[in-house]
Amino acid sequence: MQNENLVQISFFNQLMLVHPRKKQNERSEASVQVSEYFVNAEGTGDKVNLSDLLGTVEKTSGASNKTKKQLRNLQSSKETLELPLNKQQTEKIQRGIAYEKTTAEVSCWKNIILQNQKAEQMVFPLNQESSGPKRVEQVVAGWKVQTPLEQEIFRLLHGSRQPVNDPVLTPVEEQSLKAMSLEEAKIRRAELQKARALQSYYEAKAKREKKIKSKKYHKVQNKAKRKDFLKQFDEMVKTNPEGALEELKKMELSRMEERMSLKHQNSGKWAKSKAIMAKYDDSARKAMQEQLQMNKDLTQKMVVPSDDEHESIEEGLETVPDFVNDPETVIDPVNPWMRGQLTHEEPEVSCVTAEEVQTAEEENEEEEIIGEFERKRKLSEVVEEDVVEVSDKEEEDEDEEEDVSEFNTLFRLMRSEKTREGSNQTRGGLNTAGEEDEEGLLSEGQIRVRSIEDLEVLDEVVEPRAIEEPSAPQTAAAEATSEPPHKKKREINLKEVLTKEAKAVRLPFLPTVVDEEERDEQISIIKEAFAGDDVISDFIKDKSRQEAAGRPAVVDLTLPGWGEWGGVGLKPPRWKRKRFRIKTAPPPPRQDQKLPDVIISEKRTASVASHQVSQLPFPFQNTAQFESSIRTPIGSTWNTQTVVKNMTKPKVVTKLGAIIEPMVKEDFIKSKTTAAGDLVFLSNCPKKINFIIFFLLQTLSSIFVVSLLGCLLNVPT
Amino acid sequence: MLVFGFWTTKICNTRNCFNKIVLIALFSLTFHCNGFASIVCPDLKKILTKFDSPSRWFMLGKKCKVPAGARERLKEAIAISEAMSEHAQKQAARYDLLLPEDAGFLEGDEDEDTNTISQADIADAVDITSGSKYFNLHLSQFGPYRLDYSRTGRNLLVGGKKGHVACIDWQTKDLKCEMNVMETVNDVKWLHTEAMFAVAQKRWLYIYDSKGVELHCVKKFNDVLRMQFLPYHFLLATASATGFLQYLDVSIGKEVAAICTKMGRLDVMAQNPHNAVIHLGHPNGTVSLWSPNQKESLVKMLCHRGAVRSLAVDKTGTYMVTSGLDRKLKVYDIRAFKPLHSCFLPAGASCLSLSQRGLLSAATGEIVQVYQNVLGSNPVSKPYMAHRLRGQIWGLAYCPFEDVLGIGHGEGFTSMIVPGAGEPNFDALDTNPYRSHKQRQEWEVKALLEKVQPELIGLDPGQLSKVDQASFEQRHKEQIEALGFDPLAKDKFKPRTKKKGRSSAGAIEKRKRKVAHEDQRDEIRQSVQERTEREKELKEKSNEKKLGNKSTLDRFRK
Repeated sequence: MQNENLVQISFFNQLMLVHPRKKQNERSEASVQVSEYFVNAEGTGDKVNLSDLLGTVEKTSGASNKTKKQLRNLQSSKETLELPLNKQQTEKIQRGIAYEKTTAEVSCWKNIILQNQKAEQMVFPLNQESSGPKRVEQVVAGWKVQTPLEQEIFRLLHGSRQPVNDPVLTPVEEQSLKAMSLEEAKIRRAELQKARALQSYYEAKAKREKKIKSKKYHKVQNKAKRKDFLKQFDEMVKTNPEGALEELKKMELSRMEERMSLKHQNSGKWAKSKAIMAKYDDSARKAMQEQLQMNKDLTQKMVVPSDDEHESIEEGLETVPDFVNDPETVIDPVNPWMRGQLTHEEPEVSCVTAEEVQTAEEENEEEEIIGEFERKRKLSEVVEEDVVEVSDKEEEDEDEEEDVSEFNTLFRLMRSEKTREGSNQTRGGLNTAGEEDEEGLLSEGQIRVRSIEDLEVLDEVVEPRAIEEPSAPQTAAAEATSEPPHKKKREINLKEVLTKEAKAVRLPFLPTVVDEEERDEQISIIKEAFAGDDVISDFIKDKSRQEAAGRPAVVDLTLPGWGEWGGVGLKPPRWKRKRFRIKTAPPPPRQDQKLPDVIISEKRTASVASHQVSQLPFPFQNTAQFESSIRTPIGSTWNTQTVVKNMTKPKVVTKLGAIIEPMVKEDFIKSKTTAAGDLVFLSNCPKKINFIIFFLLQTLSSIFVVSLLGCLLNVPT
Repeated sequence: MLVFGFWTTKICNTRNCFNKIVLIALFSLTFHCNGFASIVCPDLKKILTKFDSPSRWFMLGKKCKVPAGARERLKEAIAISEAMSEHAQKQAARYDLLLPEDAGFLEGDEDEDTNTISQADIADAVDITSGSKYFNLHLSQFGPYRLDYSRTGRNLLVGGKKGHVACIDWQTKDLKCEMNVMETVNDVKWLHTEAMFAVAQKRWLYIYDSKGVELHCVKKFNDVLRMQFLPYHFLLATASATGFLQYLDVSIGKEVAAICTKMGRLDVMAQNPHNAVIHLGHPNGTVSLWSPNQKESLVKMLCHRGAVRSLAVDKTGTYMVTSGLDRKLKVYDIRAFKPLHSCFLPAGASCLSLSQRGLLSAATGEIVQVYQNVLGSNPVSKPYMAHRLRGQIWGLAYCPFEDVLGIGHGEGFTSMIVPGAGEPNFDALDTNPYRSHKQRQEWEVKALLEKVQPELIGLDPGQLSKVDQASFEQRHKEQIEALGFDPLAKDKFKPRTKKKGRSSAGAIEKRKRKVAHEDQRDEIRQSVQERTEREKELKEKSNEKKLGNKSTLDRFRK
């Protein structure tokens, strides 16, 4: 029964769905006599039987035996057809089927709806086209050949086997392009970003540097430029010797001028005044030294490095005595005035790196860091020394010469580096001897008195130190042979030479740790002082009072009853007390239970409560979950700009003025079914031609285009 | 001697300079954050780099695990919030690169104590600009000076006991205004910007603008001795000689709270920058903590045997340093209210001040001592730096974002160089020392929009991000207390006036009696019904027991 029913259902279903409302065509019998007055059919009163109709089948030879057999069986069968279902039931079945159908239809929306519900942000209208310029293919897509001119053009194109109908990429191709481009685009974007950032940094730097007014800064800058120039000059010697010669001549000229003038000889008015001050003033002395240095630099004779290798070596050997001639090692190492070469600024800078290398080998990390700081400090000092210079008047005049002189020093430095190998040994020997003496003598002034104790021990200390010290530099000097030649020598250091400042005696600052005895004394004194007010017991009393106030009071509901005594000072009977005095549960332990010297108020702060969340919001099951979900603040005070934007982005974004239409099935189904399809090969060139034609047609006259195309494709028109 | 400072701080781009750490550490803003995990000192960070991913420093609270049988919605909600917080942490960690400056330090040569190095030496050794930060103002005429630096550290306000008030742009030494108020000056304080300051004078509290024009005389605030300004709440807290702690909201000019502390004269005061709680020191050796929302002290601690002389709370709100008449210096962990260590200063410290990077300066007699590494479990042994002055020290304050300690004393004012005192990286959106006039105006508006309400002040700044778990009754009770009436109470029955003599007094009374105590009667009725039912049940049970399982028809059985 059930099976049959099912069959019926499916039959109905088919009927319903295939021809839901098809009217049966009226059948009209063809008759012999056609008259407009009557329609006659033969044997209208007779009933037509199945056998009548099928009888002919038996006779026809063409019909298959199988069908004949089936028909025979049909004829012989006695079973009757069942009654069709009544109307209500059929309708019920129909409704069921319709429901199933519609649920299947609607359920395909389920996913997208869920997805949209979950989405952090919805942007309406959906499926927005990306803004910005479109590709030409997309613009051309809707275009069809219409005019005879266009037809002619496309005939031409056909002749040259160009794809005509669909100049646009197939969706597959487009997708593959997209997929390809994503990573590349990312990389490219990153590159661009980097480039842009670098550019902006560079621009900002340039701008900032341009604005800097500091003379010192520009001086340093100029120095760097000069170094560059020096390099260029080096190349120029090789490549363009004439230009180099000219440069050299310029230098020579400046040297001559310097030699002629009395500048930087410390003979001017200013220099004399400084000479008087120099005894006491550090900066004045420095300034004078600088002047001398400048003079020396400027008057230094240039040696033209020639191209010939042989010569250069010879010259290198010749330059060695330059240092030997220096007066510094000769007579009195203590007297700084006897030295010609007073400060070595540039060499010092250069040797720092070498020092650093050494320290890196020898010392551990921390020391290295400290060394680095030291180096920075030295550098800054060096730069400062540059700044502290002569008075303003002179400075202006000097600028040019300074440039030249510094260039000269650099030049010399370069030259000395060339010749270092040859001269290293001799010079090392000379230096060590000089340094030894010098340091030994200087060390006398180096003891600093810091406190009274130091003063007391001063006498004892002085001698051994003076003996000990010279030994140390010796080892240092031994090491120094391997070191680069220009070591930092600050001959005149007021702090080291003059002990005037070291006499500053300070009181030893108060010790923080006190002996036990003293302490006891102090305590007793304090005890005396505060004998009256017992601070601790007061505090304990206060605390116990607070604790008592926090405890819940016992509720007494006892009432005097019949037969009881009345009056003052009577206790209610025991059973009554037991029954009618209600004790409430003890409160949770106090926060300050284990802190004897602290009272923490147990009062609830109701003021915050009005701002707090009092009921757990929906999806959360306990407070911990909720609290952890809001633990990250969203304000810009705690977060970066991007994070704030991300965290506070609106749930729904609508485009202003755009019509938001209801979602269509194709919107989300389309995206799933774009996988199929084959890739159509489209060469680049014809595509290009297509576009060219398109635009030419729009702009130029038709005949011109046709002829132009003929030329392009070499096809006779 | 090796001095290294960060004095060459460059002007940072306002947008780029985002200082997560400083911000989180700044007070009262942390009420979203849980606990101290977010506060990390730069040094600790360097250590951490070796072991951990960078986002670890910026962790806010604990991660929440998704329970096993959780609903889909809950899973999603937790996942989204976790992802978001992780993203935020990572981003914040990335922005940490924009904190390029290191703090300065001072290092002696071998066997040279740093505390023997004089200020003059340091000033000579450092660059000219930094050297100029050591200076003295000789103002011997108008007595010991109190001082205050503005939040950006650019402006200095000094107030002499004998009425001399001056504000100075101390870096350029540009005198903004100077006047004598012809009254005793107890304390001076900048308000939210350098355009206004408050002066606690002999009787009233006065507010002046930066040109010295008197803007307000607040007569509600009398006999003020000490003041503290809470910048994120725009509250000026004052402690008076009469024992009153008052809060003035300077953005609306209203008194927010006036609390009678009943503790006598209040001349020791400090604020906890972490949670904006005011600490008061008392003559009986206790320190009490106050918020404007509670009439009694939040916490009371017995710190000293003698009176408390001075107080200081560090930037992170973790440590409190106190000094008392018993000549002790004590360091407390203010989160647990436990003493960490104490030391004995023979002269006792009259003034205390903590720098942004945790250097403690203590005024002992005429000497200012600066201690390093005080905040921690190790007891101090010797001062990091020291400086002797002439005249009694009246005020101490570190300049924000500078390695400078300002000292107000009997002979005027001294600015002292303390390498390593100031925070090298500033948050340009919060306190920018280099801000322009326009930027200041903009900041002011934004700060006012983000003003934190005084109701949120409490011991735990993260209270707001917690669920209020009080019961309904409790909340209802509080509501009644706050409103002064019961919002859920039923209206009293008011009988309608009827005509034809039916509204006589007796009739009205009768009608009233009909509905009187209806609630109670309902309750009683219900309870009576329940009782009768219970009794009935009991009776039935007892009957059953008596009879056993016999029915009445059982007796006819044979």
